[in-house]
Amino acid sequence: MGTGAGSGVGTTSFTMPVLGADMESGTVTEWLVGPGDTVHKGDVVAVIDTAKADIDAECLHSGVVEEILVPTGRSVPVGTPLATLRPLPAELRERAGEGGGRPARRERGRTGKAPRGAPTGPLVRRLAQELGVDLAQVTGTGRGGAITRADVQRAAGAEVSRRREPAPPEPVQQERVPQVPVPQVPVPLEPVPLEPVPLEPVSPRPEPVPRPGERARGIRISPYAARLAAELGVAPATIHGTGPGGAIRAVDVRTAHAREVEAPPSEAIREAVLEPMRERPVEAPALPAPRRPAGARDLQAGARDRIAAMRATTARLMARSKREIPHYYLSTTIDLAEALGWLRGRNLELPVEERIVPAAVLLKATALAADRVPEMNGFWRNDRFEPAPEVNLGVAVSVRGGGLITPALLDVAGVPLETLMARLRDLVGRARSGRLRGAELAAGTLTVTNLGDLGVDSVYGVIYPPQVALVGFGRVVERPWAEGGMLGVRPTVTATLSADHRASDGSIGGRFLAEIARLVARPEVPGERGVVG
Amino acid sequence: MGLVKLTYREAMRAAIRDALRRDDRVFLMGEDVGRYGGCFAVSLGLLEEFGPERIRDAPLSEGAFVGAGIGAAMNGMRPIVEIMTVNFSLLALDQIVNNAATLLHMSGGQFNVPVVIRMTTGAGRQLAAQHSHSLEGWYAHIPGLRILTPATVEDARGMLWTALCDPDPVLVFEHGSLYNAAAQIDENAGPVDIDRALVRRPGRDVTVATYGGMLPRCLEAAEDLARDGVDAEVIDLRTLRPLDDAMILDSVRHTHRLVVVDEGWRSGSVSAEISTRVVEQAFYDLDAPIERVCTAEVPLPYARHLEEAALPGPVAIAAAARRTVGDGR
Repeated sequence: MGTGAGSGVGTTSFTMPVLGADMESGTVTEWLVGPGDTVHKGDVVAVIDTAKADIDAECLHSGVVEEILVPTGRSVPVGTPLATLRPLPAELRERAGEGGGRPARRERGRTGKAPRGAPTGPLVRRLAQELGVDLAQVTGTGRGGAITRADVQRAAGAEVSRRREPAPPEPVQQERVPQVPVPQVPVPLEPVPLEPVPLEPVSPRPEPVPRPGERARGIRISPYAARLAAELGVAPATIHGTGPGGAIRAVDVRTAHAREVEAPPSEAIREAVLEPMRERPVEAPALPAPRRPAGARDLQAGARDRIAAMRATTARLMARSKREIPHYYLSTTIDLAEALGWLRGRNLELPVEERIVPAAVLLKATALAADRVPEMNGFWRNDRFEPAPEVNLGVAVSVRGGGLITPALLDVAGVPLETLMARLRDLVGRARSGRLRGAELAAGTLTVTNLGDLGVDSVYGVIYPPQVALVGFGRVVERPWAEGGMLGVRPTVTATLSADHRASDGSIGGRFLAEIARLVARPEVPGERGVVG
Repeated sequence: MGLVKLTYREAMRAAIRDALRRDDRVFLMGEDVGRYGGCFAVSLGLLEEFGPERIRDAPLSEGAFVGAGIGAAMNGMRPIVEIMTVNFSLLALDQIVNNAATLLHMSGGQFNVPVVIRMTTGAGRQLAAQHSHSLEGWYAHIPGLRILTPATVEDARGMLWTALCDPDPVLVFEHGSLYNAAAQIDENAGPVDIDRALVRRPGRDVTVATYGGMLPRCLEAAEDLARDGVDAEVIDLRTLRPLDDAMILDSVRHTHRLVVVDEGWRSGSVSAEISTRVVEQAFYDLDAPIERVCTAEVPLPYARHLEEAALPGPVAIAAAARRTVGDGR
């Protein structure tokens, strides 16, 4: 960042900053200001992607943004002017901070808090956040009272000094030291590293994720695979290439990505799971949310964090459910002989990969029943029940590595069983590979949990707020069954209902459960829309 | 409305007959097109039907009769000029490249040259080097010309009239090995679009772009690939100039792999042009190096086994597609 040479008289440029010794170029991923905005020294004006992390970049000048020179998404070398700034009109400058144009957003909450007093760089703030240091409590020893990395590390205690982090050099920020007499030597226009830049790598760094157009050093990767890796946030160095000469192809990227997301659910999922929590003030502080995995080493730590975060989310959500929702529970045992017999016949006609599992029949029956007993299908909000217009069944899917997510099958009541089966298979697959869509995570109106394959006889679940009911199925088990005065052995399943007593009463819940049982017991009901339809 | 079975030769003849009936400015001119019925029997019977005014035999003088065709076109006629093979068309290269292609420009937009020049191209019939080359790529280099390569019976039936409607010179390259190919087409089949390439077989794993006589071989290769679970998308370019690269790019963005099959020689070929355009415009969609399957860079041999060895065959095409796909699908 420095004074632009080519701009008009008095204008300055905001240039692509150096955010690490090895940084050669960066991409603006987000502009937080636009032409006409007034910015003040220290304002975060853009988010810069340095191939390792997204970093909030501050402006070192006050002024009015004249022109954005580099649009988002284009990678430019360090030092490239990104925007031009007009000096603030004198009167504005006096009242700086109190208006005059739309003020730029000061801080984005994602990175550590920047105290208004002592200036800090984004890397320092990030470090502070990583180490849990409150910058307001730190005394800066840098120029102009700036808080340096060393200050933060000192504040964090001796433990921190053992960390073998390659320390990106602290930028000297000339603009921030107006009170220090400027020596009569040429003042560098760009922030320069305090420490000499090492010619050899200090420590192995994770391979940056290449964007299209960037070459991953020493890695053979197809252009499409490189693009895909950038999109999915997979570091090429972590990918095993199976192409000619070990070249990385798209399939390798996808494999690596699937492997990564198997353990930790993708951020999108976590965000969506967190979403319900945002409806009300949450006690716990917001979780740090790195936008993309920065590299192999960070990934493992990130994965552990994410599992922990997921656990914490589930903990909060379920605690809230149990605290707020007066659950009542019902159960019924359903004779599956008819349904399984029918299914066997149907499956004989289907190719192996399209065969329908009993769970699909149970899902379809639940959706149809919810269609008929609408009190079970919707949300409890603002102290009243809001029925949902269609049945979107949330399906509880356990994710390998721990955690549970409940993506929804949309509008289940209306689709044929084969389609439902295909969609279920697809949904579970994508849930486990971390490729769910936002809508699927937000759309559930009623959740079904099926623990039958774990050998559980019946499950009494905890309602997923703000939904009002949850249906549980246990395993299919053969039981002695009396019917019409005769005793026989039948395959059965126990269906349970956990329902919100604020939204419904046991009689309605009973009707709902009985409806499920009726539909399952007779999959083919002539003249009526049944499970088969 | 029903289906009729036609050979490529019959479809071409039907197209010429149709054009002669539709517009009395249309006439056919070339060596042996009249009394002999055309070197490839395309114009058989037309002399009897339309008379020597409109089915005109020309002496062995490519430069002269192609030039005459260009002059007739400039004077308001709609000539169809037949040259026996693309190899012989080189004798008329001056007329085609220096006159037909440039006159609109040279006259400041005053003279269009609405001539259609038909010729056979390609190998596979043991006619040796002077009758077997695929030089349509050369003509595709020339601004001012439109280059058509009908690969199906339907296109053989439909492209001629569309070409005659074009105010500028159009060269139609008929692959010699296709004349006996037969297909069911609509008995009312008529003019077809000559601006767009077509997906002849949709697929998701690799795009195979080709034209003319190579299309059947590519489709055969695609069937072979399908047995291995490789789903190839076969694109028929149909027009080599102007090239419908948007269609190829769309397909490559979908499959991420490209094989170009071109009966011309590799160096400086249509396949080179297509490969370059894809690299220019869809580089970041490529998951494997582009493969080209072209004719060996030799004069086409006479001996059958040597000729076959020189030409792109289904086995080589399928092998190239497999290389792009590897085991990653």
